[in-house]
Parts: sequence; C-alpha cells; structure tokens
Amino acid sequence: MTQSFRLESGGLINRDKKISFKFNGKNYYGYEGDTLASALIANGVHLIGRSFKYHRPRGFFGAGVDEPYAIVQLYRNGETEPNIKATEQELFEGLEAKSVNCWPSVNFDVGAINNFLKIFLPAGFYYKTFMWPKSFWYKIYEPFIRRAAGLGTASIKHDKERYEHKYEYCDVLITGSGPSGLASAYSAAKNGAKVILAEDKSRFGGTLLTSEVNIGNQSGKEWADSIISELKEMPNVTVKNRSQVFGYYDHNMLVMSERISDHLPKTKKYHPKQRLWYIRAKEVLISSGSIERPIVFGNNDTPGVMLSSAAKEYMKVYGVLVGKKPLIFTNNDSGYETAIEFKKNGVDPIILDTRKEPQSEIIEEAKNMNINIKNSYVVVAAQGYKKVKSADIAKISDDKEELGSVENIKCDCICVSGFWTPTIHLASQSGNKTKFNEEIDAFVPDISKQNEKTLGAANGIYTLEETLKDSFEKGNLLSKKITNNENKVSFPNVVEKKSTVHDKFWCVPLPKGKNYKRFLDFQNDVAVSDIEIALKEGYRSIEHVKRYTTLGMATDQGKTSNLNGLQLVSKIENKVVPAVGHTTFRPPYSPVSIGAIVGREVGKHSKPTRKSPMHSWHEKNNAVFVDAGVWLRPRYYKCGDENLFEASKREAKNVRTNVGVCDVTTLGKIDIKGPDAAELLNRVYTNAWLKLPVGKARYGVMLREDGIVMDDGTTTRISENHYHMTTTTAQAANVLSHLEYYLQLVWPELNVNVVSTTEQWAGAAIAGPKSREVLKKLFPKSDVTNEGLPFMGYMEGDLFGVKAKIFRISFSGELAYEVNVESDYGYFMWEKIIEAGEEFGIQPYGTEALSNLRIEMGHVAGSELDGRTIPYDNSLEGLLSKKKDFIGKRSLSRKAFAAEDRQKIVGVVPLDKKTSIPEGSHLVKDSNAPLPNPKLGYISASCWSVEYDNPFSLAILKDGKNMIGEKLFVMSPLKNKVIPVEIVSSHYVDPKGERVRS
Amino acid sequence: MLHIKCPHCGMRSQNEFSYGGDATVKRPELGKEISDQDWDNFVYNRKSLRGKHWELWQHLSGCRQWIKVQRDTATHEIFKTLKANEEIS
Ligand SMILES: [Zn+2]
Repeated sequence: MTQSFRLESGGLINRDKKISFKFNGKNYYGYEGDTLASALIANGVHLIGRSFKYHRPRGFFGAGVDEPYAIVQLYRNGETEPNIKATEQELFEGLEAKSVNCWPSVNFDVGAINNFLKIFLPAGFYYKTFMWPKSFWYKIYEPFIRRAAGLGTASIKHDKERYEHKYEYCDVLITGSGPSGLASAYSAAKNGAKVILAEDKSRFGGTLLTSEVNIGNQSGKEWADSIISELKEMPNVTVKNRSQVFGYYDHNMLVMSERISDHLPKTKKYHPKQRLWYIRAKEVLISSGSIERPIVFGNNDTPGVMLSSAAKEYMKVYGVLVGKKPLIFTNNDSGYETAIEFKKNGVDPIILDTRKEPQSEIIEEAKNMNINIKNSYVVVAAQGYKKVKSADIAKISDDKEELGSVENIKCDCICVSGFWTPTIHLASQSGNKTKFNEEIDAFVPDISKQNEKTLGAANGIYTLEETLKDSFEKGNLLSKKITNNENKVSFPNVVEKKSTVHDKFWCVPLPKGKNYKRFLDFQNDVAVSDIEIALKEGYRSIEHVKRYTTLGMATDQGKTSNLNGLQLVSKIENKVVPAVGHTTFRPPYSPVSIGAIVGREVGKHSKPTRKSPMHSWHEKNNAVFVDAGVWLRPRYYKCGDENLFEASKREAKNVRTNVGVCDVTTLGKIDIKGPDAAELLNRVYTNAWLKLPVGKARYGVMLREDGIVMDDGTTTRISENHYHMTTTTAQAANVLSHLEYYLQLVWPELNVNVVSTTEQWAGAAIAGPKSREVLKKLFPKSDVTNEGLPFMGYMEGDLFGVKAKIFRISFSGELAYEVNVESDYGYFMWEKIIEAGEEFGIQPYGTEALSNLRIEMGHVAGSELDGRTIPYDNSLEGLLSKKKDFIGKRSLSRKAFAAEDRQKIVGVVPLDKKTSIPEGSHLVKDSNAPLPNPKLGYISASCWSVEYDNPFSLAILKDGKNMIGEKLFVMSPLKNKVIPVEIVSSHYVDPKGERVRS
Repeated sequence: MLHIKCPHCGMRSQNEFSYGGDATVKRPELGKEISDQDWDNFVYNRKSLRGKHWELWQHLSGCRQWIKVQRDTATHEIFKTLKANEEIS
C-alpha cells in the first residue's frame, strides 16, 4: 500500500528508514519515528476499532495520551498485550496490531446492532438492564458483557519480559518537557539541584514541536533541543523520555513508568521491558500541559472527527495529512493554526468559527492566506458511517440557541477545537483541591497540599512568554531554597502570535426533528442524552452521575470528556460549574502494565527462598520439597517409585521402630539474655518459669492479649541469665516482634535483650527408640544416659570437634533429641548423624512423616493453633498458671471462653478403619439432617496412624470433653464424602507419654 | 507511600515499618484487678479518629525499635515521631 496521506516532506520522522507493519492482517509501511496511529493515517486507515457499548466505528481522536478510541491489541515478539493506544505506540519493524471490541471484524460488526437497539443500553445500563431475571445472568447477560466489554484480551501465557523497579530521590521532579518543563528544569539545574525531567513521549519539547514560535532567535524546537542537550550533559540532571509520571502519592512520592523496550521489536538482552520508578522528590513541578477540548455535536464520534491540535501534530511531527478536505470547527484561535498548517501544505481548509467577529494576529494571517472562514457557524452533525464524508453545518444565533437552515458540505475530516483544559490530574492526586478559572472555563490547581507547583498550560497560562517567565522563576526559587545556590538564567526573547478570547460555546443544539447522538465520553460511549437521563432519574452528585453513566471512568480518566460533562450537568441543573465540582482523578493517569507494577517480584522472586545448610544433602537423597513459609523443607525422601503416602508411612514407621533424623533448622530461635530474662518468660508464657534450673528445657504456650494461642515451643535455660527460645517456623517473626513490643513499650524496666538466631543454628531432630544409641556414638565423651540427660534436659557436647547443643525434647512422641550446631557445620553434623545411625537403620524423614507422628500423639501444631483457639481448646489448660498473671490471662475468663460446652481437641477414627478423612471436613450428628446441618466441629489434621495402621484425625469439637466414645459423621461437601466416625482421645498413641521419658 | 522519620535511623520509607495501632492505649498492670468493661476497652475498643493520632510503628526492617508517630489519619501528614521511651506530650 502507498502512503497516500504522507506529505512530500516535513515532519520529524526518518524517511530513510521504511518500516513494515501489520494491522488487522494487512501489510503497511511507515517510517522510523512514526506512531502506529500516524503510520495508519498516512496509509488512509481511519477505522481502527469499535466502541465499547454501541460498537460504533472508531477512528483516531488525538495524537497522544489523550486518545480515547484508538486502543488496539498488540503482538510483539510472540507476546500479546491489550489496551495499547495506537497514538502512543511507536512503530517498529514487524509490529502487528489488531482491533478490539469488534466481532467478527472491524468492517462488519455484529455488536453494532446495539447501535440500533439503543433502548437496550441506556444510562445506568449496568444497573438496570442486567438486574433481573436472575436466571438470565449466566446465559445471557454475562456472556454478552464479556464479549462486549473490555479493551482487549489479556495474555494467559507467562510473561517472559523483565520489568524492574527503581527507587530514586531528587530535589526537583518535573513532569513534562514542554516549554514550562524545560525552563524550570534548566533554572533548577543551573542552581545545582538534583533534577529529574520526565517526558511521556519519545520526543522532548511538548507543544514547542508544533507551534510557530521563536525563543532567543531559535525556533521552538531548536530551543527545546539545545536545552535538552545541555541538561543531558549536566551531572545533576536525569532526563527521561518515554516516561510517564502517572501517580502522585503521599509524602511527595511519585511513580513513573519508563517504557524502555516497547518501541523496539524485541527487548535487548539484559534490558527490562519497562522500569517503574518510585521517586521521592523534595519539590514537584507539574508541567503536564493541557489537552484540547472537543465541541459536542451530532455524530461527533465518527472516524475523521478529531482534535484540531492532533491534526496539526500529525502534519508537523509526522508529515501526515489527516484529510485532504478538512473542516475546522473552532471556538478559539487554535483552530486557525491548524488551518494555516493545512494551507501551507497545499490543502484548502474551511474554518467554522462559532464567534461572530473575532480579531487577532493569527486570524489576520489566516485571512491573508485566503482561507475560507465562516463566522457564527457550527457543525450540526457529521455524516458518514465508517469515515466522515460530509458535514451538516448551520449558522447559529448570537445567543447560541437557534440554528439557521442546515446545509451539507463535503469534507473528509472535521478538526475540532473547543479551547484547552489544563491537565491537573497529578495536582489533584496530590490532594490539591483545585479551583475553577472562569476565564478558561476549566479547573486549575489551587492551594498545594504537598510540595507541588503547577506551571504553564497545566496551570491555565496559555501564552508562551508568560509560561517561560513563570517557569524560569519557579525553577530558580524552589531550587535555590534547597541548594542555597543561585545562578540566574537570562530570560530569552520570545516571539509568538497574539490570540484573542475564546467563545464559551461547547455544545451544538440539535436541529428540529433530529436525534443525533452527541457524545461526551468517547471511550465509554456516554452521550448527552445519557447524562440527561441520569439527572432526570434523580442523580445529583457528580460522583454518582459518573458511576451511573460511566462518564470519565476507565483508562481514559476523563481526559477529553470531563469538562464537557460538567458543563452539561451545570446547564441542566442551572448551577455554575464550580458548584457542580469535578470528580476525583485517580492514579494511574494513563494505563500501566501489570508487569511493571509487579516488577521482579514474580515466581520464585516474589519472596526469598530460605534453605537449610543441609539442603544439598536432601537434594542428593531424592527429597521432595515443600514450601513451609519462606523455607523449602523436605516433605519426604523418595525411595524407588514410592508416592507421598507410602514414603511418609515408611519414614514414620522407621521412627517408631528404629530411629529417624529430621531437619529442624527452620524452627524459629530467639536468644534471650539479661538478669530479667526469667521474668520476661514468666510474663509472656502461660506457665511458671522462675524456677527452671540451668540445663533444663520447658514447653511453653504464649497467648495474645485476647486469650487466643499465639505460639508454642520449648525454651531452654542455657546459663543463669541466658535462654534459648524456639518458636514454630511460621510464627518466628511475629513472636520476636511481640517480645520487642513488651520489652520496649510495656516493661522497659526489664533488663533483657532478645535477638533472632534462627539462621545461626542448624538443627537435626534424632527420634526413635534407638536414638540414644546414635547419640552415644556422636558424643562418646558425654553422658547421654537417661540419668545424665533426662527428658527435657540440655547439655553441650563435642561433635568431632564442633561445639553442639543437645536438647532432649520430642515432637514425635518418641525418645528424641535435637542437636544444634552453628549453621556452617550443619552439613557436617548431618553427615555424621547419618553415618553413626547407619547400623541402627537410621532414615531421614520429612515434614509429612513429622506430621503423622505428631498427629497420632495429639501434639498440636499450626492447624490447631490457627488464631481461633484458646489453650483449653487444645487441651493445654494444664499449662495455665493459677498463681501468676500473664499476657492474655484476663481474657480467658470471658464468658464464651469459660463456657462448659467449649470446643476441645479430640481424636477421630473412621468406623471402617479404612477411609481417610479430608482435612477441613465438618463433624455433624446426623448426616441426613436438613440443611443447614448444624456443625459440631471440624477436622484440623489427618494422618495415617503408623502405630495402628488406620486413618486418624484431630478435630476441634464442640463439648469435646464429653464426646469421647460418641459416633458422629464427617461430611466433606467439597469431596462429596460422608464418613461415620468414632470420637476418641486426641492422645491416640502412648497417652501417658512413657516413650519420651524412656 | 509514607516517609517516616525513625528517631533512631532517620527518614525511611513506609515499607520498612509495620503498623502497631493506637499509641495512647496503656496496658493494664499485670496482676491488677480489672473490670470486664475496662479489659474489653483495652483489648478491643479503639477510637477511629479523623485527624491527629498518636500511633505505634515498628521499624521492622531497620533498627527493630517500636516508635510513636503522630500522624493525621486524613491527610497522612506526620507531625512528630518519638522513641518508645519518650512520653507523648
Ligand atoms: Zn529505626
């Protein structure tokens, strides 16, 4: 295809580099420096998609971030991405894009039938139409909305691209590189401030690229180029293009997304696709400029109707004509600049100006060029379905209420200018309340809440000279305050054409007998009639009108629609616009990819992976790992083709009959030192701690203030004022914070220090009737007999030259020990244990066997201490001291916690001794009772008892104390299971605890 | 993201801290008789103030100290930070 709308010369594109791309399956060419939009327009393509609700044909409306329509699905390097603005997507070789919101194709769209069934989709259609009947939801409404809604399809593949996060500090952050951004950055940089200048587009300069001005005897673009190259040379300045500051958060933190590779066919090796910057700035200068406002008229969403500034930008930056028979519809002088540009490129435009007899330098120039100007004229409606073919125009009365006779003139595009709206999104996000400026009919920032100032057009200043003066000065003042350094820049001579006042006209009345749709919000298909309905139905608050009609919602955030919506509400309500107020602007200003937000925190990088020093041994010995919090722990060691069930049974059985060894490095460990250490333990644990002798361990339970069990574990008195506390793997961090809280805030008088030593020690549990034999071989010099190291005893030992801590504690319920050595010796210790245990049949066991062993012993763990149970529920009431107070004690006397029929832990065995009981199942009295069947309790943990060779579970059961021997049913609706069971003691194996003491 | 001045470490980002609730709540002394109502007030009942509020934060990924922060709950402005042992004035 030829680029028949490309000008012979001009623009900032590189005509030496032709680029091929595909749109909706068709091949096209563009040039380096094009956007997808400019390249398509160069090829005469104006139909780019279908609208959200009515599936009306959609073209291009803007030339940048303000684009509400031209959203495509992009295909790049084997990946697909939705919600891409064609006006922002730079062209690269091999780019492929497709239309969204159309089915089966953009040219023939079934959904467009909605357009003729408007009654089906009035304002508030989400709320009204899809309310009833309920049965319609699944079959009709939901599939309909699914197909109709959305701005593309998210990829379901894993994203191979890399995204990064960066944290940065600066003195002054400047958002936008137009005249105000450049001037303020320059003066701030000259004063030595650390400056970040961010530009959303690929080219710096903003409006200087498209306006006919002169600064210091240079064209606007030349001046911008020279400032940028000077700034880039300065070590205190960071200049970033393709970088959108999209959010202004608390304490002057702003977030910026930098598109590093989106404009390339493929991300370069070692480069990220995008980078998200978290910038903490001392001062923020918002120089985001302004966006041209549309004028509302009939069928104003037809492809070919676009902002006049966009038409000018396509000519000046891309050398592209948006049409060859342009109609310019304007209420201010900006439309004339576009018309002049058309004329300069050999195209004859017609200007319709709503004003009666405007006079200015620019208008004079247009007249001198013999441009056809019709004053007091409006476009009544655009005609043409997939592209503008003509326009119905009419003269309008001075009071702007009456239309003259309608005539039809041929045209292929309508360039609209309804004056300018400052881009106040960032200022508003920062908490700035904003005020209405009557002169420009728009909101501008008011009093700053954070350290933010708005410059230039974003602040409603529309002349270049004033903008530059103000920006040089603000940049200078703010940076001087920070750096105490002044290096004033001399103000350049500025030449610009003077313009005259605009007309406050914004909406063309409907001609008699016509009912054209006049759109306010182009992205969400919100028309004048929708707002009228909403107000008729009683919606008043602008926030409610917004939600009811979807005006200004979604990715567009009302960039072009906001003010016209307010104008309409204020007109109908007979209120002034400031009394209506504007809706809240929310970040992001423009869509940000999920990948950029997530950054590198994906997959295994989402949290650190912690491994014990023995990890590589486990790997070598066929361990199958499981995530235990942030740790990786062996779940079981696979022998041959064993499965989890078989392996864990074998391992647990071996502990009960011979001896096993388990890696318990992950247990939380806290070192407690100081003369008041015992007192601290006595206050945070429920049992007594003041008389624990040196060399002894004790099991303790900790509560929260509300009486709920927080954690359990053993603590050992190593020496007079030194204790070694262990916590569960999951609660280690919380317990440390808990202790620090009480020590620092509640009992600062206690002389105690606590520090986490979890990583400092590697731990191995040696459990089973033959464990003492293994220990004897490991520590031949120590007396590890039952007398020398009794149950709950502690000693230090010499493990072939390595200092070790030996604790006689047991989780498995067997005779057992835990040996700790410094982490670096963990692997050595483990190998020695395996070596010494070989003759006794030692086998490593994983967390699954560990669970089996503790469950059949009735030892509680995380599944019982789940943040909902008190000590009584876990049969730990024997550990509650009556003699002393402790954290949480007072709560235990609350009525529900002291109830006679309080829930309690029990054992559960299936009557058939065969059927495994799913964890999380409910216990009920009658499995056939009508729903909702009263629930008596729930299964907290299940295992296969290796002792009795049948399934066994623990449950928390209402009135569990009196339920032993009862027959109940376990119900699992999820697994569709009903199992008759008997309630037994939770201490299923060795209820007297003889083995641990043997 | 808030910027909190830890009295021990200086200005740090919010993600280094964890929130710890109302700093004006005093834990009843251990071993002292207390009515159900007073105990419930200590454990559960908190005012949800709009405006200046003294609250606890722990500098978890820093010095691990609990600190007191006076913050406006509506605007997030932080007026003052104190060490754990400094009295709120
Ligand atoms: Zn700190």
